[in-house]
Amino acid sequence: MGAGVVSTWTIHARRFEANAATREPTWLKGVLITIALLFFGLFLLLPLATVFAEAFRKGWAVYFAALVEPDARSAMMLTLLVAAIAVPLNLVFGVTAAWAIAKFNFRGKQLLTTLIDLPFSVSPVIAGLIYVLIFGAQGWFGPWLIEHDVQIIFAVPGLVLATIFVTFPFVARELIPLMEAQGREEEEAAIVLGASGWKTFWYVTLPNIKWGLIYGVVLCNARAMGEFGAVSVVSGHIRGRTNTLPLHVEILYNEYQFAAAFAVASLLALLALLTLVLKSFVEWQGRRSMHHSQEASEVIS
Amino acid sequence: MSIQVKNIVKRFGDFVALDDVTLDFPQGQLVGLLGPSGCGKTTLLRIIAGLEAADHGQVFLEGEDASKAHVRERQVGFVFQHYALFRHMTVFDNVAFGLRVKPRKQRPNAESIRRRVQELLELVQLDWLAARYPTQLSGGQRQRVALARALAVEPRVLLLDEPFGALDAKVRKELRRWLRQLHNTLHITSIFVTHDQEEALEVSDQVVLMNRGRVEQIGAPHEVYEQPTTPFVYSFLGAVNLFHGRVQDQQLQIGADHLPVGDSGFQPGAEALGFVRPHELDIDTNLADHTGIEARVERVLALGATARIELTGASGGTHRHYEVELPRERAAVLDLNPGQIVRLKPARMRLFAPDSPSAERILPEGSMTGIYGEGI
Repeated sequence: MGAGVVSTWTIHARRFEANAATREPTWLKGVLITIALLFFGLFLLLPLATVFAEAFRKGWAVYFAALVEPDARSAMMLTLLVAAIAVPLNLVFGVTAAWAIAKFNFRGKQLLTTLIDLPFSVSPVIAGLIYVLIFGAQGWFGPWLIEHDVQIIFAVPGLVLATIFVTFPFVARELIPLMEAQGREEEEAAIVLGASGWKTFWYVTLPNIKWGLIYGVVLCNARAMGEFGAVSVVSGHIRGRTNTLPLHVEILYNEYQFAAAFAVASLLALLALLTLVLKSFVEWQGRRSMHHSQEASEVIS
Repeated sequence: MSIQVKNIVKRFGDFVALDDVTLDFPQGQLVGLLGPSGCGKTTLLRIIAGLEAADHGQVFLEGEDASKAHVRERQVGFVFQHYALFRHMTVFDNVAFGLRVKPRKQRPNAESIRRRVQELLELVQLDWLAARYPTQLSGGQRQRVALARALAVEPRVLLLDEPFGALDAKVRKELRRWLRQLHNTLHITSIFVTHDQEEALEVSDQVVLMNRGRVEQIGAPHEVYEQPTTPFVYSFLGAVNLFHGRVQDQQLQIGADHLPVGDSGFQPGAEALGFVRPHELDIDTNLADHTGIEARVERVLALGATARIELTGASGGTHRHYEVELPRERAAVLDLNPGQIVRLKPARMRLFAPDSPSAERILPEGSMTGIYGEGI
């Protein structure tokens, strides 16, 4: 195996550059790279830097005070709680849906495949509103819920529902192509050898989809913790009770507490950076295992 | 263990994959299921394994009706065309898998699993690769691991689905000799599916020829090769020359030419197809004799012990192609030149009625054999 894994696009670019027929003039190369980097700096790097600069403008003391303040702490706990419920549920759903779509034929399969993408195409605000219409005081189940003293909207269950909806596709989307590409021969082999359905899943299917699954979960988690729109609609913005971190940032900002707002925002930014690192690591691992097998088969043939 | 299938029918939508197939696979034999792609042979194998359910019919394992039994309970070993090795497990773990997933009560302890796996890897001559991953092995090695894995659970029957289909010609040849030897040591009832006639004839005790979801002929390799009972079998097992004509006065009339057929049992005036293998045709340079088919020599290929002569029909247009195989010495005596007109005389010919069911379309896709003559 090679020392490092060179991604396919690096190889493609190298080939492109090495060939006089496809090589572009130096000035064009310079202009394109400059535009790309400028854009990247202006729209991605600058805002990120601003978040941290603003957060620390009034010093460490103010920064930490904003983070340990009770409302901020409860927002943090709530965000973690919502993610802790929504992510495992979507993990289970994602694996189930991907399994069903990749391995079985059934009526409505096409519909299911299309519907999985729905949360990506619907505005998060609409997603939130759907739940208000269903479970809100004026909604379909509203009167019944009030009667039985169950609160969904403007409470934690609503937040969880909205988050689940928005993060629905991440795991399934990641797994469907992977499972389709792998086919079902290995599972068939396991069953012929006497493995039960559960053992087949645990020892054969799961290890094969491991990296894709982790990748999906990381993205799902990032979105679950960072979601604003859908959560905002169902939350009701009750301080210390139904405010997640993104909502807390907004409230602080609206109250002109800029340093505190940016301090909390910096937490979310750190989460995003951590997600990127994890995502790159998982991608690298996944590619390495694939690369590994390709290289090995090349050596043999 | 013996295997029987009775009246198996399987449809995929409108496509009839298996059309009332009844077969008996005797104990301890290695049977080759041979046929062109799409003839239903793999489907039949998967139905026997329990990986596919028949629409109709039964599967008997050792006389017991296994039609309702789950794959897990059938105790069959299955070898897939593309190996289906568990890619994240080492060779050792792959072979051990079947033993490790047994219910706790039947599961051997770790030490006996290790010993059994070691034995099997020695049997397939791969014990030195136990710690490797499947992707680090060659195709031939992978298939041998797959076989060891299938044998680990002591299956009652071994089913192999085009086991050498994904390998290159040389490895294929080695592996089939090896498979034959392995079967001679183990004597486990085995069925293997292939579309390669040479492979089937070389490896099997019995060959079952299938076409369009039906069984065409069953027999020992030399039987099916020497005495094909249908036009399909004739053309599928080796190259064949085809003569299309009418039976008249103990002769097959083909345009202006005629071939003696003796007492063929055909009605006078009935249409008939004559099948002749290339080595069963002789060439006569004496045109004064009026029996035999007039043809023009196109090419003479002297390769090895035989010479192959390609010809086209001389009288009835040039769309008819023939192929003759002669011993080198005979070809040297004849001293044929391209363009020369000669007569073809079959030493042996088999007649079939053109409307017999398997004569409808006898040139199978992807077959490596050639059919010469008019086509049907």
